[in-house]
Amino acid sequence: MPNRPQPSFPELITQPFWDAAKEGKLTYQTCDDCDAIVFTPRRHCTACGSAVLTVQESKGEGTVYTYSVVRQNRMPAFAELGAYSVAYIDLDEGFRMMSTVTGVDDPVADISIGMRVKVEFEQQDDGEYPIPVFKPA
Amino acid sequence: MADRKAAIAGIHEYPLRVAPGVASMQIKADSARAALEDAGLKWEDVDGLYDAGDGEGGGGLGLAAYLGINPSVIDTTQVGGSSYEFHAAHAMRDIADGKCKVAISTYGSTAASQRIAIGTGGRGGGGWQANMEAPYGSTLISNYAMVAHRHMHDYGTTSEQLAGISVSTRKHAMRNPEAVQAMTDLQFVGINEISVQDVMESRIVADPLHLLECCMISDGGGAMVMVSPEVARDIKKPPVWIIGSGEATKYQENGGDITTSAGAQSGPLAFGEAGVTPDEIDIAMIYDSFSITVAVCLEDLGFAPKGQIGELVADGALSFDNPDAPFALNTDGGGLSSNHPGMRGLFLILESVRQLRGESTSQVEGAKLAVAHGNGGLLGGSHTGGTVILAAD
Repeated sequence: MPNRPQPSFPELITQPFWDAAKEGKLTYQTCDDCDAIVFTPRRHCTACGSAVLTVQESKGEGTVYTYSVVRQNRMPAFAELGAYSVAYIDLDEGFRMMSTVTGVDDPVADISIGMRVKVEFEQQDDGEYPIPVFKPA
Repeated sequence: MADRKAAIAGIHEYPLRVAPGVASMQIKADSARAALEDAGLKWEDVDGLYDAGDGEGGGGLGLAAYLGINPSVIDTTQVGGSSYEFHAAHAMRDIADGKCKVAISTYGSTAASQRIAIGTGGRGGGGWQANMEAPYGSTLISNYAMVAHRHMHDYGTTSEQLAGISVSTRKHAMRNPEAVQAMTDLQFVGINEISVQDVMESRIVADPLHLLECCMISDGGGAMVMVSPEVARDIKKPPVWIIGSGEATKYQENGGDITTSAGAQSGPLAFGEAGVTPDEIDIAMIYDSFSITVAVCLEDLGFAPKGQIGELVADGALSFDNPDAPFALNTDGGGLSSNHPGMRGLFLILESVRQLRGESTSQVEGAKLAVAHGNGGLLGGSHTGGTVILAAD
């Protein structure tokens, strides 16, 4: 089981995203006034400033917008992991989030821009929040 | 060309890149004194203080007290490594408004001696942005690397082309004794000119960026003194005029283009105010945290159409002694091979001034116009762009 750094609380802004993650839901928001997609969580629309937003649940399907494979890091939690990917994922609903593509044999050879991926909530050794990661769809 | 509202009158680059036993605040004060001496101005002449909050107990509250000055303008803009381009921009306006006549901006850092893992450490510190990134082990280098990957995907840019930036920069570094000393003190392997092949054979830190495409982590610092046209008449050396500036910020947006930086907004603002165009520029000092930073920022400033920078920088073409180069790039040896204590923006301006005074170790004969462009924060995330256009007297 992995042991990724947990989100750190109290931190009021992203708390709703992580509360939903505990229930296995990947959430974003839409603006009731202008239909803009808002991510990460806010109490205002980044396009028009409206305060009326609705939380939506994503299907968790998307494409890799870009990625890098980290070969060298000085973070204890990742020291044992070997080469791992960091990626921006464009979800089909229209929001972009940072994540990682897992479930490939060789992250250098097996990940590409534009590849289809699907979210998986990865349980952690320590900590109550599962981490949304992406696997090839 | 625009009116001459303010000039850089004095500069100092702290000579050491490994400075154990020295506090950042001491580097800042030493540099302030040396820059004022360079201008022929006195400590008590300073009436404007611009600071990025670096150093122990510094910032708007602490630095004036530590230096022992009583400025009437205090600007504590902190926007990452481009803070010093913002300081120059703000000082130009404040001096033009008559709010101050002799302004200083200083920098001090002991990032190397403290073994701070700027590039390969994670996103710590909590907060809403860290909460969305820390679980994935996103390093600073991997953030920039994601920009490089997308640039390669969209435009066919190659690692070999980007390596050309490292090649010309190292060539300049080998001519700069302080850069050679820096590489020596930081125990670089192979302190010599490098080839594209050398870059390609260096290890990958975060795909697709190789070690020789990544800046060093050093100690260091420096200072600049910015003055009114009246004060500029009586200084020791030729003034270098701040004739245009632009500021911008950019961040990840849903559906956004990661290959375009804040420079696409700040660059045209600066060139517009200065009344000059990129093809008139002799010296481009571009924040080289990584090869890709230079590539993207040069495009955004208008030196090449988006996606076509590869050809311009390939094979180290932008070196100071290439008669066919449209301009020379990072002639001090850059953050890649001379000086990067965390916020390099100040050094971009310092080397621009040296070039426009005729004092560079890789001098471009007759250099008249320089652009200093800082990129602060994360190129593939939240960042700032600060562009300053500088003109010889």
